[in-house]
Amino acid sequence: MTFDLVGPIAYASFFLVIALVNALVCLGLNLQWGQSGLFNVGVAGFVAIGAYASALLTTPPSDSHLGGFALPIAFGWLAAMACAGLASAVIGALTLRLRADYLAITTFGVAVVVQLVALNAQKLTGGAFGVAFIPRPFDSLGATPALYNLANLGLIAVVVGVVYLALERLVRSPWGRVLRAIREDERAAMALGKSPARYRVEAFALGGALMGLAGAIAAHFIGFIAPENYTSSLTFQVWTMLIVGGSGNNLGAIIGAGLVWALWTVSGLAIAGLVPASFEARAAALRIVAIGVLLATMIIFRPRGLIGEKATVSRHLD
Amino acid sequence: MSREQPLLVVENLVAGYEPGLPIVNGASIHVEAGEIVAVLGPNGAGKSTLIKAIAGLAPISGGAVTFDGRDVTRLPAHRMIRAGLAFTPQTENVFASLSVDDNLQLAAGALAKALRAGRVAATYAAFPDLARQRRLPAGRLSGGQRQMLAIARALLVAPKALMLDEPSAGLSPKLVEMVFARLADIARSGVGILLVEQNTRAALALADRAYVLVQGRRRHEGPARALANDPMIAALYLGGVEIEGAPR
Amino acid sequence: MTQVLVDGLMSGVLIGLGAIGVTLTYSILGFANFAHGEFISFGAYATLMIASGISALVVGSDQGIGALSISPAVIAASLLAMALTAGLALALDWILFSRLRGKSAAISVVMASFGASMAIRAALEFAFTSRPTYFSRDLEIARPIGLGLKATPDQIALITVAAALLIGVHLLLTRTQIGRAMRAVSENQALARAAGVDVDATIRAVWALGGALASAAGVMLGLLVQIRPFMGFDLLLPLFAAAILGGIGSVPGAFAGALIIGFGEAITVELAGAEWRAAVAFLILIAVLIIRPTGLAGRPT
Repeated sequence: MTFDLVGPIAYASFFLVIALVNALVCLGLNLQWGQSGLFNVGVAGFVAIGAYASALLTTPPSDSHLGGFALPIAFGWLAAMACAGLASAVIGALTLRLRADYLAITTFGVAVVVQLVALNAQKLTGGAFGVAFIPRPFDSLGATPALYNLANLGLIAVVVGVVYLALERLVRSPWGRVLRAIREDERAAMALGKSPARYRVEAFALGGALMGLAGAIAAHFIGFIAPENYTSSLTFQVWTMLIVGGSGNNLGAIIGAGLVWALWTVSGLAIAGLVPASFEARAAALRIVAIGVLLATMIIFRPRGLIGEKATVSRHLD
Repeated sequence: MSREQPLLVVENLVAGYEPGLPIVNGASIHVEAGEIVAVLGPNGAGKSTLIKAIAGLAPISGGAVTFDGRDVTRLPAHRMIRAGLAFTPQTENVFASLSVDDNLQLAAGALAKALRAGRVAATYAAFPDLARQRRLPAGRLSGGQRQMLAIARALLVAPKALMLDEPSAGLSPKLVEMVFARLADIARSGVGILLVEQNTRAALALADRAYVLVQGRRRHEGPARALANDPMIAALYLGGVEIEGAPR
Repeated sequence: MTQVLVDGLMSGVLIGLGAIGVTLTYSILGFANFAHGEFISFGAYATLMIASGISALVVGSDQGIGALSISPAVIAASLLAMALTAGLALALDWILFSRLRGKSAAISVVMASFGASMAIRAALEFAFTSRPTYFSRDLEIARPIGLGLKATPDQIALITVAAALLIGVHLLLTRTQIGRAMRAVSENQALARAAGVDVDATIRAVWALGGALASAAGVMLGLLVQIRPFMGFDLLLPLFAAAILGGIGSVPGAFAGALIIGFGEAITVELAGAEWRAAVAFLILIAVLIIRPTGLAGRPT
């Protein structure tokens, strides 16, 4: 009997791990967009920066890419946050004083260039072959997928839980209130002596750091990364998760991530199971069409998402 | 010429950009053909919103606007000029990146094709300074000339009424004199003029009648000279304007 | 190295055709349309489909004219495709963008355009698979055209066509009422309304024009390189960079910006290799945003 459960447990926990990683990216995006009104169209790029930073710092020496520092995993994760956060801060400082959608275009460019560098700077990043042998947490359990997945699930759930709680505190804090005030009415906030640019850069950097962390976590869980993991498809998926769940709302971000990931996985299974192999790629494309339409529809009809933002700043004044 | 009804009639107009937060709170004014009417009042009184609402550029939530006997309350802004009602906004009232000629040709687009060339030529004849600079991008005109272009643009279609939002804004007193003298000429030719003004002295010197708008409602009205010589009104709303024997 | 001039010009002109549409919709509607790249891809695929239809019906219409690889079928098809792409742009505006105008945050429209672009791209992938395809199998040989430069007959023909298109656009914008209306609406919508311009009709005209030009760019790109679902998307960054470099709302600026980026890309390919092409647009973008965000023709927004 137990043998029959192992497969599903392994699969379910794998699913949840990925859902939680996505949720973490989504939480970062929520901080940037939901709380601060900043439009990051290059999410995948920042995730990639975190993933590669952590990977290159923690892998053993290799001919195919830079690195070989073989540093501990935790260090890698922290470095991922720092690198992604720094990149976000730089991009933010550069563009946030300009029109709102210059940030969109610039972050889009970041994602393109990060993918480009990952793909072509072979000596640095391993090129199309990516980086392998990334140290995995609970590696000793690697032989039993169910246990390995469960252990990592526990770890990641703790991380996401801590981040979630921290973000909720942040949202209710004076800093968070100023941020939302800036989002709603910049001039009023300025009249109160708050510099919008500084708050925005901080929010953007923090959000970016979370995305980098998520990238690192996923990299270490899977043990292998390649440029093709970080395409606009990823950015698009995360945005859909945020829109569906409700932007401005951390819980919504997590639930949206779970929901959209579930939809994605189920449709993927359906395609693999029901559709003849030669047609699979085309069916996968159809899936993206559906998600694209879903995104556009949600924006038109339910811009607040399924859960939506809880009231305004004043509610948190209690 | 007498009419049964004034050229432009605004009744109990309620208008504002946010639903439920009207800036104009039930204002009623009217303008006859050939007369100059000024709308004055303190800052925030809703003068600018009133004139924009009449022009179709601010949302109207109540009341009615009748022009030349026709209900134009819901008429889209770009049809107003075809109905004979022209509007010159305050700042940014010419297309700076287009040439003087382009600005006028664009306005002529509201006319039937056969009439365009004639009206453009007539406008250049009436504004020779502009004719001389027709190739220049409008943004390179001086302040006074820009105002003239804005007015010329509005007049090109031979409107029955002309509305202006603070035509004196940003102009030196001498230029204001010149622009206002022009407006007087235009009124003499039978066009009704409605202007919103912050420069109450010059406005009352020019206008036949005036309204004072306070908090979106009409508070006072009367012949311009009477209002100008009423010290109480001047002190309360018009920043203590004194007009000595207002010349006209 | 002189080949850089030819390659740079071709690149620049191609990017220019797309950038004109981007800068106009950006300045009039106030948002960066991420779906613009898909107009390019759609135009190429539509031309491909219609051309095969034509060549099935009209025997011999798929033969390249003279030394060109371009056939009458492709020419006729590309004209039809321009109209169809204009229609796609109009449909997208009608279904999606117009519903979000004025009501929601400007950034929602950008997001919606991002979603629409993914949907259209995936639809193309669904219909045609992601395998690259070509208008014709003819191989083009570069011939000397003087000044030590070499160009293929296709390149010469397409440059001429593109030049004609651009002159046409210039005349449209400067000599016609609708063109004046576009420039006016791009500068100041409220004033345009006061001046009697039907802004909604003008916006529709801008979409149609942008779509048609993007389609032409797609056909050119398909003829010069190849046709694949990501062809337009990969041009997005250069398109935006060109529009911003030139100054949003300025058509001559967008074209100048496109040429600069085109030459920049060609030089980079020569010096560092083709794979680094896309980085140029990004670097130029960053430089513009640091040095002079309003761009060459810089109109403050």
